[in-house]
Amino acid sequence: MRRGVGAGAIAKKKLAEMSKQLETFKSNLEEFASKHKQEIRKSSQFRVQFQEMCATIGVDPLASGKGFWSEMLGVGDFYYELGVQIIEVCLALKHRNGGLITLDELHQRVLKGRGKYAQDVSQDDLVRAIKKLKVMGNGFGMIPVGGSYLVQSVPAELNMDHTVVLQLAEKKGYVTVSEIKESLKWEKERACHVLDHLLKEGLAWLDSQAAGEAQYWLPALFSELTSRDVTPEEANQMTP
Amino acid sequence: MDRFSWSNGLLEIDETLVIQQRGVRLYDGDDKAKLDLGVALLSTHRLIWRDVKNHECCIAMPLSQIIFFEEQAGGIGKSAKIVVHLHPAPANKEPGPYQHSKYSFIKLSFKEHGQIEFHRRLTEEMTQKRWENTPVSQPIPTGTGPQAGRTRAVGIVGIERKIEERRKETDKNISEAKEMVELSRSIANKIKDKQGDITEDETIRFKSYLLSMGIANPVTRETHGSGTHYHMQLAKQLGDMLQAPLEERGGMMALTEVYCLVNRARGMELLSPEDLLNACKMFESLKLPLRLRVFDSGVMVVQLQSHSEEEMIASALDNVSDKGSLTAEEFAKLLGLSVLLSKERLLLAEKMGHLCRDDSVEGLRFYPNLF
Repeated sequence: MRRGVGAGAIAKKKLAEMSKQLETFKSNLEEFASKHKQEIRKSSQFRVQFQEMCATIGVDPLASGKGFWSEMLGVGDFYYELGVQIIEVCLALKHRNGGLITLDELHQRVLKGRGKYAQDVSQDDLVRAIKKLKVMGNGFGMIPVGGSYLVQSVPAELNMDHTVVLQLAEKKGYVTVSEIKESLKWEKERACHVLDHLLKEGLAWLDSQAAGEAQYWLPALFSELTSRDVTPEEANQMTP
Repeated sequence: MDRFSWSNGLLEIDETLVIQQRGVRLYDGDDKAKLDLGVALLSTHRLIWRDVKNHECCIAMPLSQIIFFEEQAGGIGKSAKIVVHLHPAPANKEPGPYQHSKYSFIKLSFKEHGQIEFHRRLTEEMTQKRWENTPVSQPIPTGTGPQAGRTRAVGIVGIERKIEERRKETDKNISEAKEMVELSRSIANKIKDKQGDITEDETIRFKSYLLSMGIANPVTRETHGSGTHYHMQLAKQLGDMLQAPLEERGGMMALTEVYCLVNRARGMELLSPEDLLNACKMFESLKLPLRLRVFDSGVMVVQLQSHSEEEMIASALDNVSDKGSLTAEEFAKLLGLSVLLSKERLLLAEKMGHLCRDDSVEGLRFYPNLF
């Protein structure tokens, strides 16, 4: 039984057509790159617009270092290198914060590590780089908290309950069982279960000697508060 | 710089801090201001700057003073800056560090970077103009008037035209790319339905087109995998390059570790995370002595094939029995492995029934399984 010649021919023809279009596209992109390559590297706003446009049509310019976008516009190297820097910062701080860090702190530390003469990066750039890192397993993820994000870099399982407690702890850097019961209307067991899990995963530290009741501190949030430049008035408001 | 007034730096009731950035030096026009490095703070109402050494030295300016602002790229030995063009100071302005200035603009020089975020937030605040909704107790004079329009630099027109032109060109590229995405979809469907005589070779060619364009195609991925010739080459390179590092690290490395190692070595033309993953997936079919392995937790590692599972489990059991019990951290120290991977080995040994756990808030500890 022979397959219809018609169908076969159409498919091959389309492939040839694609090959031709690709050549045209490639040379147009080369021209575009010669004019705008510098700008992509320097302008965070341009990067954002560009990525969003690609996303709407189903093209991922960061999928491969071998892609046209990466080779000609150089977008790839910028983000892949950022990925390396993000991994290194998270690894260096993991013993302290258990693998959870605010996007702000990550941003500041990456900037510091890149040095004075490197290109500036925005938080949007970091977010995109982190999204790419996800494919390598290892639990890279982002948890929305207080208007920004916590970046998770370990495969600790964090469900909705854990996340909402993290969000509650964001304001002061710590949380207590009573606060959870009051704000979230949970039973004591549920609150303790969540806090125990955070302790086990190394994401929370227990201060059992705090006046009143035990406080569960999140080092990921804690370090942000103490390293921030505060005015005298803000400092007065923060000390419990 | 004569638009600034001395301030105590405290925020008013309805005023919120938006962003702050250290390492900022101020310029009066093109001249360095007679102030040191400081912290620049942006609130919903004002631009504030405080000397980092002398906290008493703090100045502020209402955002309504700002006509427009633009980025000035840095260069070798020069930090990136934001140039802020200002309305003339109102008559009732409170005293500040400068009585008079011949310039109608200032610059913020970002010695420790952070200009992108600062610029973004400043744009947001200048668009939203939140200070108009919640005027604060201190009189914040607005710099409006017939002068305002005319002082707008001619430069803006040029900038806007460039942005428009760039947008048009980008649009053109994107619409070409879009055509190809659609074309690629119809080809992929034909491959899937086995319509037409598309050869193995042509399929490989097609996949490399997808790779060049950054088009993902789940249809072909299921039946033919994501690998291309490029990934095959990469896999072989990795096979060579990772032998020694793997042996040094007990035969196993997390994929993120491999990513950092390889890209740091390359320096340029870096691999994307997907490139690395796709290359590693080909180890087995290329008969290379490495394997990609995914643990239950989702952690991905590259391991030497010679590193058998039995050996790993036996070594875990030996070490734990020897010491009576071990946590992942202790095991990591013993073997010189990362905590993440040593934990995976202990979990594996547990899964096979050789170890059992004691899970408490003090940590996860493993014991030989005597049951």
